[in-house]
Amino acid sequence: MNAGTKKFDLWSVIKLLFVGIFGLFLVYPLFNIFKEAVISPDGHFTLEQFVKFFSDPYYSMTIWNSLKVTVAVTLGCLLIGVPFSYFYSFYRLKGTKFLFISSLLCCMSAPFIGAYSWIMLLGRSGVVTKFLKAAFGIKLGSSIYGFSGIVLVQVLKFYPLVLIYMNGAFRNIDNSLIEAAENMGCTGLKRFFKIVIKLTMPTLLAAALLVFMRAFADFGTPLLIGEGYRTFTVEIYNQYMGENGTDHSFAAAISILAVAVTAIILLIQKYATNHYKFSMSALHPVEKKKATGIRGILMHVYCYGVVAFAILPQLYIIYLSFRNCKGSIFKEGYSLNNYISGLDKYLFRSIGNTLVFGVISLIIIIVFSILIAYIVVRRANVISNAIDVVATIPYVIPGAVVGIAMIISFNKKPLNIVGTMWIMILALVIRRIPYTIRSATATLMSIPMSIEEASVSLGTSKMKTLMKVTVPMMASGITSGAILSWVAIITELSSGIILYNNKNITLTVATYVQIVRGNYGVACAFATVLTVFTVISMIIYLLVSKSEDNVKL
Amino acid sequence: MSVAITVDHALKKYGDNIVIPDLSLKIHEGEFFTLLGPSGCGKTTLLRMIAGFNSIEGGEFYFNDKKINDLDPGKRNIGMVFQNYAIFPHLSVRDNVAFGLTNRKVPKEEIKRRTDKFMEIVQITQYADRMPERLSGGQQQRVALARALVIEPDVLLMDEPLSNLDAKLRLEMRAAIKEIQHEVGITTVYVTHDQEEAMAVSDRIAVMSGGVIQHIGRPKDIYQRPANRFVANFIGQSNFLTADLKEKNGSCSLVFASGYMVPMDHVRTENRKSQEVVVSIRPEDLKVTLKEEPGLNAVVNDSVFLGMNTHYFVTLDSGEKMEIIQESTIDSIIAPGTRIRLTVNEKKINIFTKDGSRNLLEDSVAADER
Repeated sequence: MNAGTKKFDLWSVIKLLFVGIFGLFLVYPLFNIFKEAVISPDGHFTLEQFVKFFSDPYYSMTIWNSLKVTVAVTLGCLLIGVPFSYFYSFYRLKGTKFLFISSLLCCMSAPFIGAYSWIMLLGRSGVVTKFLKAAFGIKLGSSIYGFSGIVLVQVLKFYPLVLIYMNGAFRNIDNSLIEAAENMGCTGLKRFFKIVIKLTMPTLLAAALLVFMRAFADFGTPLLIGEGYRTFTVEIYNQYMGENGTDHSFAAAISILAVAVTAIILLIQKYATNHYKFSMSALHPVEKKKATGIRGILMHVYCYGVVAFAILPQLYIIYLSFRNCKGSIFKEGYSLNNYISGLDKYLFRSIGNTLVFGVISLIIIIVFSILIAYIVVRRANVISNAIDVVATIPYVIPGAVVGIAMIISFNKKPLNIVGTMWIMILALVIRRIPYTIRSATATLMSIPMSIEEASVSLGTSKMKTLMKVTVPMMASGITSGAILSWVAIITELSSGIILYNNKNITLTVATYVQIVRGNYGVACAFATVLTVFTVISMIIYLLVSKSEDNVKL
Repeated sequence: MSVAITVDHALKKYGDNIVIPDLSLKIHEGEFFTLLGPSGCGKTTLLRMIAGFNSIEGGEFYFNDKKINDLDPGKRNIGMVFQNYAIFPHLSVRDNVAFGLTNRKVPKEEIKRRTDKFMEIVQITQYADRMPERLSGGQQQRVALARALVIEPDVLLMDEPLSNLDAKLRLEMRAAIKEIQHEVGITTVYVTHDQEEAMAVSDRIAVMSGGVIQHIGRPKDIYQRPANRFVANFIGQSNFLTADLKEKNGSCSLVFASGYMVPMDHVRTENRKSQEVVVSIRPEDLKVTLKEEPGLNAVVNDSVFLGMNTHYFVTLDSGEKMEIIQESTIDSIIAPGTRIRLTVNEKKINIFTKDGSRNLLEDSVAADER
């Protein structure tokens, strides 16, 4: 299109730079994982690790366990989220804003805090367990651990994703379609299943996929609450970091299987979505009806009940952080002791690290995303498309796998950054960059080329045009996405847990470490600090994005 | 300030697909020049080659004597108005207009003076501090025009600037554009597919089709002496009939299938020989009569009364169908099924070679000689 594309200009340099960066920091580490899995120590190609995995049910059942629990979580999220969103979108509920923001907060909180709080409530020495035992003699045993615990925690964490997606889809249904259905005698539940759900099928599938991928790759929840119920991601961690008998090659092999499963799910979803593809935009959005009578009451009970279940345990953690505590036993009385002992356990360092890593990662992510979006949208050729595809790969790679790939690739000269802040930042950037690239690309595509041409024809150089016209126009689209990335960065656990040491420990990892060491009080203090940061970030997000209706996760 | 534009054997390809095979033209200094043609004819491509947004695969482009083939778009000193206006949505009206100047390190007072002047010319001074989203389409177009003009460009390029406006605004804006162009006196290249718009604003028009210029001329010439059948059909409406041109002792006459004969004394000397031809007759150049006199015999199929004019749809005895426009009379409209006779105004009709590629009459310009 452009006279400049054939010439070797600055953009060609940038393209080559990205080829180098992604080659070194993404393709090379992933290649290393692959190599680790299929090359035996004496240098021969072998599928021994895969054979070991599939022939021993002790290992192969982890993949089955993961799939079972993830399918259950996905269905659970749809079952909770879709009716919630339907009530939310079609009826005037009281306090919709409160419902939405609370749900969003649950979803954005650190991955394992929910698990931890349910253990504190329903675990072996949980407050509810003890109460039931003392008052009614009911023994809960350890029912919260394992399959049901993971499902409970993850459903309550991930249903907001369904809520957010479906709210958008329901808003796009034209009221006249609903009226037409009613006119032809299709009402009530029949209309809901035959019209409303069918119309929103693509979004429903997209939401289901998102939940599936998040739940499948989630690591903190099964690690804490899974106990005997061993999942895939936990097995990777155990094989790599475990206390008894680590096997790096085996961990690498499981990682590859994890990536493969995720990729297959992604393809299935793509196929299913194409099957249901149609475009819709509402000229007359559905007008919210008043929720009255017994139905209204039930709807309110339902929505507030779900939110309460999701958020109260997390508030309980905050409460616990002020209780006196010794080791894993909470005692009478309130104090700031947990916070004070936290100071000895790198509280300040981990806060500082979290903020510094977060800011640096975010800057890198934003700059890269803008440049890549520009290359992909405005300078499309084979190289830029390749960069685009490669940059999307992390989307299907569980965090633990990213962590392992980083360690085995950058633990020796010339690039020995294991144990430094840079390895953490690198992992954070890789984990989060696909999302930001997506939103930056989408934003740039919606900006007509002629705006930039107008600027160039007015005598502005191409670089200056990018800075003065293109980037400011992209800003609104990128900012809200960037804040969500920020939240995801400060609550990142799965790659950090593999990469951390005492120097580059982050708040999330520190919280996890305290839980594992049995310092429950201190863990609560750390978790509270983390929650405060998350809440502040979300408030900023809601202020910036103005409308809660365009949340993009 | 204003320049003449010369395009010499321009070639444009997208891969192996040739969009403009070999195009030459000359646009005079200060002229309002329009590229007119159906979509896909290459008019926007040519405009963007002049602007520098499309690569040039062959030929030379000149502003006066300066070759601009390899000059950056930003250095060609052009003002461009885009179809979708391309107003910067994050800048106020004033900042939009001043954008080109702030990039040229013009002193602050100078920027303000010139910005004010052009906002005044296009009549948007009262919206100076508004954001573009709060402007109507017509107002946005005025901002785009002021922004293009304020840098005092050598050339103003406009790519279908009115196509996104509603009909009434389009008339208003086209008058405004013509007036402003005259006031500023800048060489302007204007792209449109709307022939009426082209007629209304242009000093000269180039009618394009398939990447080739079919006819360059003043609006009047193009309408009255179209260079070929394509132009006669694209500009306004025409009925096409086959007929024979008969030459006798150096004077020509046209003989229609029905035997109706019209003397033609303005055929070009070199074309004065007997041959089969295509006659192009505009609907308003036919006269309907019920009397018995020499003419084309026809039967009225249908009629449409449009106030000032009445349109008749007729079938000739030869089976050819025609449309006729007559000024409405106070008498009754001729009923369907009525047999009528049609006579032609021999000064206004055009005759083309049998393949329609060339006009045979005097004062017509063939496509290949300009």
